[in-house]
Amino acid sequence: MHFLEFEKSIAELEGKISELRHMSDADGMNIAEEVARLESKVDKDLKATYSKLSPWQKTQVARHPDRPHCLDYIGALVANFMPLAGDRNYSEDHAIIGGIGRFRGRSVMVIGQEKGRDTKTRLKHNFGMARPEGYRKARRLMELADRFGIPVLTFVDTAGAYPGIGAEERGQAEAIARSIETSLNLRVPLISVIIGEGGSGGAIALATGNIVLMLEHSIYSVISPEGCASILWRDGDQAKAAAEALKLTAQDLDRLSIIDAVVQEPIGGAHRNAQATYQNVGDTIEQHLKNLLEVEGGQLRAKRRDKFIAMGRLSDS
Amino acid sequence: MNWLTNFVRPKIKRLVQPREAPDNLWHKCQSCSEMVFHRELEKSFRVCPHCDHHMRLPVRQRLEILFDNKKWTEIELPSVAADPLKFKDKKKYSDRLKEAKSKTGSKDAIVVSHGTMGGINVVIAAFEFSFLGGSMGTAVGEGIVAAAELAILQEAPLIVIPSSGGARMQEGILSLMQMARTTVAVDRVREKGLPYIVLLTDPTTGGVTASFAMLGDIQVAEPGAIIGFAGARVIEQTIRETLPEGFQRAEYLLEHGMVDMVVHRSKLHESLVQLLGLLLHRDPAAPVLSLDSVGRKRRRRKKEDADRLLASPPDPSIPDESLFESEGDDGSDKS
Ligand SMILES: [Zn+2]
Repeated sequence: MHFLEFEKSIAELEGKISELRHMSDADGMNIAEEVARLESKVDKDLKATYSKLSPWQKTQVARHPDRPHCLDYIGALVANFMPLAGDRNYSEDHAIIGGIGRFRGRSVMVIGQEKGRDTKTRLKHNFGMARPEGYRKARRLMELADRFGIPVLTFVDTAGAYPGIGAEERGQAEAIARSIETSLNLRVPLISVIIGEGGSGGAIALATGNIVLMLEHSIYSVISPEGCASILWRDGDQAKAAAEALKLTAQDLDRLSIIDAVVQEPIGGAHRNAQATYQNVGDTIEQHLKNLLEVEGGQLRAKRRDKFIAMGRLSDS
Repeated sequence: MNWLTNFVRPKIKRLVQPREAPDNLWHKCQSCSEMVFHRELEKSFRVCPHCDHHMRLPVRQRLEILFDNKKWTEIELPSVAADPLKFKDKKKYSDRLKEAKSKTGSKDAIVVSHGTMGGINVVIAAFEFSFLGGSMGTAVGEGIVAAAELAILQEAPLIVIPSSGGARMQEGILSLMQMARTTVAVDRVREKGLPYIVLLTDPTTGGVTASFAMLGDIQVAEPGAIIGFAGARVIEQTIRETLPEGFQRAEYLLEHGMVDMVVHRSKLHESLVQLLGLLLHRDPAAPVLSLDSVGRKRRRRKKEDADRLLASPPDPSIPDESLFESEGDDGSDKS
């Protein structure tokens, strides 16, 4: 288990627990009791810590190396998944996963950024930072889904679109713009889930859903706290202050009506109980999908567009 | 549409029964040079058991793999002008046509058929490479158009399986026009909201690639298939550079964004059925033809065959695959 800096006391407790477990043969009863006592303390501490995470702490949880990623959700929630590859133009971008499968018995198109889990897969998926090809693939698959009346689910988890010379030359900005445009034009339900980091344009390219969900400890922002700090504070070390100022937590964005709902995470974050997380996310998607499937295609499109055109407008009432 | 009646009451040309393979032939794999017993090759649908090389497949063997219970109906294609330009190179085109017809038993380089896959009604237009290199002239164009119209008529998905060197030079500009014509045809299928799936097989090059073969909703390719526009030799001669490893192979195209998936021949039926089911919102159907069981039996058979044939060593003088593999003057526009 990888512990974050604010989890020091928890790390110590769990260290003790595992030490005790190794000695359990030596002195049976007392050790079992002690383990139980420590475990309940861990639970209490986790609950206390995670109920009042600061925005900067949430940023760290959102980036936690053990946090479930796009492919984990697909593995848990989508049966018969068939990956579909390529932008039909330049490349297959492994930073964005796309494909068709069955979510609780129904055909769905799934698209999302995958960060990778170890050195090899992180490199393969380019740390979840997509190039223009990735967004063009996303667009192609959304159009395919639209043609066949297949709902689209997106899992958003990226530090941002990849900043590179080639990406610029091949039109990173245009590719993101077209992806947003296509998302907003779909006549099928589009549900977006921000599962970790929702980094800027690279995130919104896949996140203009009829319903946008955010995991409890995920973040969504126009720029990373570090980036913001170095530009506005002229000091990258002010990331913590920037994280506060940016209002990037799920709770903030729910209050600002940028997102539609927050999906609760298990105590101690999604990485502590991935199965429970998949269950929560799956149930929430299913419930919203059911409602959206009642709505006619043109209405789905119109409502989605109305929702986003109103973002930031002062309300009259 | 004067031949539409053919669709309404298609002539059943052939309800195919599994064919008998010749008993004691050996075949040398072009890829790994291992000798493979002919019958074993038939059982594995011409995939080399040693190196997994996917050899070219005669069109009806292809259809056997795909359709449920190896059953399908072929439709009679409308006739076209046989030799519109009265073309002659070293040989008369009309003679080449005659030879190809008698060699393959096909009217031209395409077979249009319909049947079910996983219980779903589908139309398949498949190329016969051994008919003048699968080159596309007016008859092949006619085949694609007919397949598209049949798909629309039956509200069925269309699967096209190219295996072609490209446009048929002996029909000159008329064969070039088939690129536009087939594009309209498959677009009509898509306009009707019917799935259009392309299964790219070895080789798919030239004008065929640059038209209907790159326009599928889903692009599937067989492992190792050569897929490209210009021939490797032409490119090499033009740029005077060595081409990268695996250039124009299916896997290369996958990495370059041109195909959705590369699917092993033994998984083709299953994968296509699953895809169609997902696109058409059908419940998953049990695959009627299980190739996996064939694969499992294969190993056992292999040993039995080997034991039985120890007495009769392979005869390298028997040419078989070479008939299909190397078409020196196939008349297609790929070089
Ligand atoms: Zn071989």
